[in-house]
Amino acid sequence: MEGILRKRLGRIWVGLAPAWIIIGVFMLVPIMLMAVISFLEANPYGGVYPRFSTDAYVQIAFEYDLADNLIFNPIYITIILRSVVLSILATVACLVIGFPVAYFITLQPASRRNFYIYLVTVPFWTNLLVRTFSWILILGRNGVIETPLQLLGIIEESLNMMYTNGAITVGLAYSYLPLMILPIYASLEKLDFRLVEAASDLYANRLEIMTRVVIPLSMPGIIAGCMLVYIPSLGAFIAPDLLGGGKRLLLGSLVQFQFATARNWPFGAAIAMILLAFVVLSLMVYARAARRRAIQEGAT
Amino acid sequence: MFVISASLGVGFAAIRSCTDPGIAMVTAVEVKSIVKTFGAGSMHEVTALKTVSLTIEGNEFFTLLGPSGCGKTTMLRLIAGFEMPTSGEILLFGKHMEDLPPHQRNVNTVFQHYALFPHMSVAENVAFGLRRLRKSPDEIRKTVGNMLDLVKLGELAERKPAQLSGGQQQRVALARALAPGPGVLLLDEPLSALDLKLRQAMRLELKHLQRETGITFIFVTHDQEEALSMSDRIAVMSDGRVQQVGTPTDIYEFPINRFVAEFIGDANFMDVRIVGLEQGHVVCQTAGGILRAPRMDGSSVGDSVTIFLRPEKVGLHREDEHDDGLRGEVVDLVYYGGQTAYSVALGEGPTILVEDRNLTTGERRFAVGDRIGLRIDPETLRVLS
Repeated sequence: MEGILRKRLGRIWVGLAPAWIIIGVFMLVPIMLMAVISFLEANPYGGVYPRFSTDAYVQIAFEYDLADNLIFNPIYITIILRSVVLSILATVACLVIGFPVAYFITLQPASRRNFYIYLVTVPFWTNLLVRTFSWILILGRNGVIETPLQLLGIIEESLNMMYTNGAITVGLAYSYLPLMILPIYASLEKLDFRLVEAASDLYANRLEIMTRVVIPLSMPGIIAGCMLVYIPSLGAFIAPDLLGGGKRLLLGSLVQFQFATARNWPFGAAIAMILLAFVVLSLMVYARAARRRAIQEGAT
Repeated sequence: MFVISASLGVGFAAIRSCTDPGIAMVTAVEVKSIVKTFGAGSMHEVTALKTVSLTIEGNEFFTLLGPSGCGKTTMLRLIAGFEMPTSGEILLFGKHMEDLPPHQRNVNTVFQHYALFPHMSVAENVAFGLRRLRKSPDEIRKTVGNMLDLVKLGELAERKPAQLSGGQQQRVALARALAPGPGVLLLDEPLSALDLKLRQAMRLELKHLQRETGITFIFVTHDQEEALSMSDRIAVMSDGRVQQVGTPTDIYEFPINRFVAEFIGDANFMDVRIVGLEQGHVVCQTAGGILRAPRMDGSSVGDSVTIFLRPEKVGLHREDEHDDGLRGEVVDLVYYGGQTAYSVALGEGPTILVEDRNLTTGERRFAVGDRIGLRIDPETLRVLS
């Protein structure tokens, strides 16, 4: 018996080889490359010198003053913190908007649900850059929001909505909203509606049905959606560049800037590694939560 | 008294103390001329209930029995509040319920597939209703403990539903529905997902539980055996109407029409003509001989009537020249252990089903092809109009 099983397992590994090769070549190798670059010395004309150096990491928190002393430099730490805060805000915004949308779709007759899901995915059909640009027209001076308010005399001066953290958050939330809606919809759709009836039968009002039954049972979707919004938000650079005016850098813009403009590859790679660390950390939290859940629900 | 204690939800102990048979009868549920139409105005309009009226007494084990699609589950859902009636009235303990949502009705449901909350432990499931009613933590703990003891699941309080067997989940569903001390407990085919042995054991337990708690049970089933063995009264439904309401004996022995007779147990129907009238009896001619049946008002010679006969009411013996009753020939038999079912052809006429208790061991009394006589007490026959 054991022999057969072992042979079969061996064959499974062989069968999985193409997947491993693809993951290896297209994911692990580039990441390793970045990790290596982050520990090399920068070439001011682009590229790197093949000499080991931890300068890139030191540079995140410190800089050299004129006398070559290391002094604390909060500018990049600020960018990291801003990225984390704005990504969390965008995630919360997506959750607040996305959950009701997903719930609404779930309550539709089955025949109409696919149409709504299709509508949710429509934005993916055009370029993110173009779609983000349209937010400039909405939020900007003499934009869609300000003009009517000015005409009605409600405001006199511009609200100055553009180039703020708020504008960036709006842009991020807009970009990744479908990634929140889809996983929540997927788990709400599996929700047994009889549980809602049971809760109602047991004296739960609408709010309690939501908080005690619907939300706890759609938690896997909510967590997945939050991950799918939070992680790319951390690395986003289109919305921060266009709506933040490039003045308020986020991690993603910083990486892009280091590689494309400042030509400090090791520093860009080091920032990317920090970003990766954040992502891996949040994925680990997610995996732990999922594992705990599986144990709790204990399908034996 | 019972009504008050239940609606205050003072818990199971208080309800139990009210179960002495001396208490006055109260009407638990009154359903008046309920009509329920689904998809009104559309192409798929279905009238699930066509003017149904029912009165269910307090403390009663009441069963809605019928084939699938007869409207019994719709009736239950209307009482629970999951559906709103198209027209008609529903009263619980004298109070109008038509417009109240489920969470404002003093009624709990045991769902067909239990609908236990998968993310909560057994104890949390049972406590759910009590929490929503804002009971004190002390009282919740006590009631949950009592309920779990009642359904013998005390040790499993911390398990998740997925870790329980079907029968255990069933008990949790019961405990959860009983915990808030509902005035009426609704049970939607709760035994249908269990295997036969467990189902039979649960029948007894449910019946005991109902007696012990004194709560009115409204039980929906399509299984006539379940209905007969558990109920105080049964409403037989078909096609959105109540056909007959009565005690199990009423329903079994005195079905008012062919549907009820056929749906409950096995039944034989013979279309015959009345050929004579006697004191208290009519004499009917069948293909297998003369048959006497109770005389109904207005019977007269020459009428065509349908006679209804339960298979176990017939005595069988070897054919005998002096027989003046029915005679026939065994055309088929099925051995069930406790009894044997014979198909008996009456002359050239219809075949009827007869059950014979196997009182002795050994060979069956008759074989296919045997000529036999049938002895039937006229009082066990029913003439259906």
